[in-house]
Amino acid sequence: MSGPASAAVAAPGFRKLLFQRPSSVVALAVFLAIIAACFLLPALGVTEIGGMSVRNRLIAPGGDHLLGTDAFGRDLLGRLLVAGQVSLGIGLGVALLSSAAGILIGLVAGFFRRLDTPLSRLIDALMAFPDILLALSLVAIFGGSMTNVILALSIVYTPRIARIVRASTLVIRELPYVEAARALGTRTPTIMVTHVLRNILSPILVQATFIFAYAMLAEAGLSFLGVGVDPRTPTWGIMVNEGRQYIDNAFFLILFPGLAIAISVLSLQIVGDGLRDALDPKLAKET
Amino acid sequence: MTGPLLQVRNLTKRFHTPAGTVHAVEDVSFDIPRGSIMGLVGESGSGKTTLGRALLRLIQPTSGQIRFDGTDIAALGAEEMRQMRRRMQIIFQDPMSSLNPRLKVGDLIAEGLRAFGIGSRTDRRDRVAALLEEVGLSADHMNRWPHAFSGGQRQRIGIARALALEPEFIVADESVSALDVSIQAQVLNLLLELRDRRNLTMLFIAHDLSVVNYLCDRVAVLYLGRMMEIGPTDRVHRASAHPYTRALTSAIPQPDPRAARNRQLLQGDIPSPLAPPSGCVFRTRCPHAAPGCEAGAPQARTISAHHQSYCKRTEELYGH
Repeated sequence: MSGPASAAVAAPGFRKLLFQRPSSVVALAVFLAIIAACFLLPALGVTEIGGMSVRNRLIAPGGDHLLGTDAFGRDLLGRLLVAGQVSLGIGLGVALLSSAAGILIGLVAGFFRRLDTPLSRLIDALMAFPDILLALSLVAIFGGSMTNVILALSIVYTPRIARIVRASTLVIRELPYVEAARALGTRTPTIMVTHVLRNILSPILVQATFIFAYAMLAEAGLSFLGVGVDPRTPTWGIMVNEGRQYIDNAFFLILFPGLAIAISVLSLQIVGDGLRDALDPKLAKET
Repeated sequence: MTGPLLQVRNLTKRFHTPAGTVHAVEDVSFDIPRGSIMGLVGESGSGKTTLGRALLRLIQPTSGQIRFDGTDIAALGAEEMRQMRRRMQIIFQDPMSSLNPRLKVGDLIAEGLRAFGIGSRTDRRDRVAALLEEVGLSADHMNRWPHAFSGGQRQRIGIARALALEPEFIVADESVSALDVSIQAQVLNLLLELRDRRNLTMLFIAHDLSVVNYLCDRVAVLYLGRMMEIGPTDRVHRASAHPYTRALTSAIPQPDPRAARNRQLLQGDIPSPLAPPSGCVFRTRCPHAAPGCEAGAPQARTISAHHQSYCKRTEELYGH
């Protein structure tokens, strides 16, 4: 297990290592720019969606409407940015929630032998389903809303974190400093947080970055299929779906939300790759 | 209260593995008087580390009693045992791996204080500073990471951690084995100083007899998890009443090249603790093994005050 030990060594110079990979820095800048655009520009009134107007339907990109207008005459750029808030919000929500749940399950499974088998089987069972199919079924059962999409995708991605946390916990639990903490009278929950969790934060951070990306992609897929959030809330997936009908005469309706998804997910993945290589050089060769 | 601080009776630890039952510690009994340092020596695999861990309930003994100041800690519940940890501490062998690399030295030393909610944050800082000075480091070391220290300094940090709770009893598990010889002497002297200043009682686990001779008041010799001999250090060293101890002491290098040496080299390896020999476990390598040795485990034979040998032939071999 290379994780804890090598991560511990790499941690102090982690920023330096990240910057040794220019691609990661560029990707991080791109992703931060997308976040800033989505949350700042509409709030500052730089972009406006505008009301529905038959006269302004399907205007091609350029001029007053930088990315054109949609079938109802609304500004595409304005809508794209507002939709981005939802898509990014769902990605972040899933990354945080699945990390929290995965850390809890992984620590408990790794620390308490009796709970390990049932929890591990549960994780295996969840991982046996194809991601999108499981999310689709869960949203279909509970109904489409932003909360339910976040919950469903979190259930789908929790096992990824839980497995990493459990495996690392099993290793760290046997290390002398955990026994030393026990000898000093430290209670088990404190040992779990101070001695185990602290040493595995880097691999969790890397995985959470990937989950952020996967969740945005999955959300787009669910929305495109019509089992995502409320269709009146714009997300990039819903916009692609809406634009599908006009693909012949207004391909830009699909192109721009599609690009937004692709660029966001790609930049996040590159950031994740860079983080992984920086924090755990031994893993870099595998994928 | 008088009487020994620690009384161990018939302590046994067996590990059940797929290959069979490992007899790590078998029927070991001894006392450690207050304020004294007891050495525990033996080869690798003799069960001395297991014994040290079992005394602190870091591993659960299979059977036997561990009476600490009159309380049988082998029978305590988890929270009662946790409370007892304030009074009994351990200094580990490897001063690097027993320190969490993600915690600063100050937090490492304050860990026990935090676990028992002792003092406010500033109180704990003051205590940590005082502890650092006491073990020969300086107060501003508390804001550094453990990897910034040398082996000897790390072991001092380990000692400061163990001292933070002001224990009465400390197990030092091979605590100087990982250090250079020059540093070993410094750390040993520190332990002696601390013993005197704080009236500590210690169990010092080692495989180096010369270190034990320097530090310990009494010494216990372990072989394959069984007690071979126990007694005052100079008695065991100079007038051993057990063939195994005699073989061990004859292997200590002599500083004087002209001194007569009578080295007794043991043949073979230590037998597997999965299948220890019957009777006296040392008989398969003992130069004095006789037909009677394979029947029944040897009982303690008192040689002189506090000096006991577990060899059936003690009397005829050494004329006690």
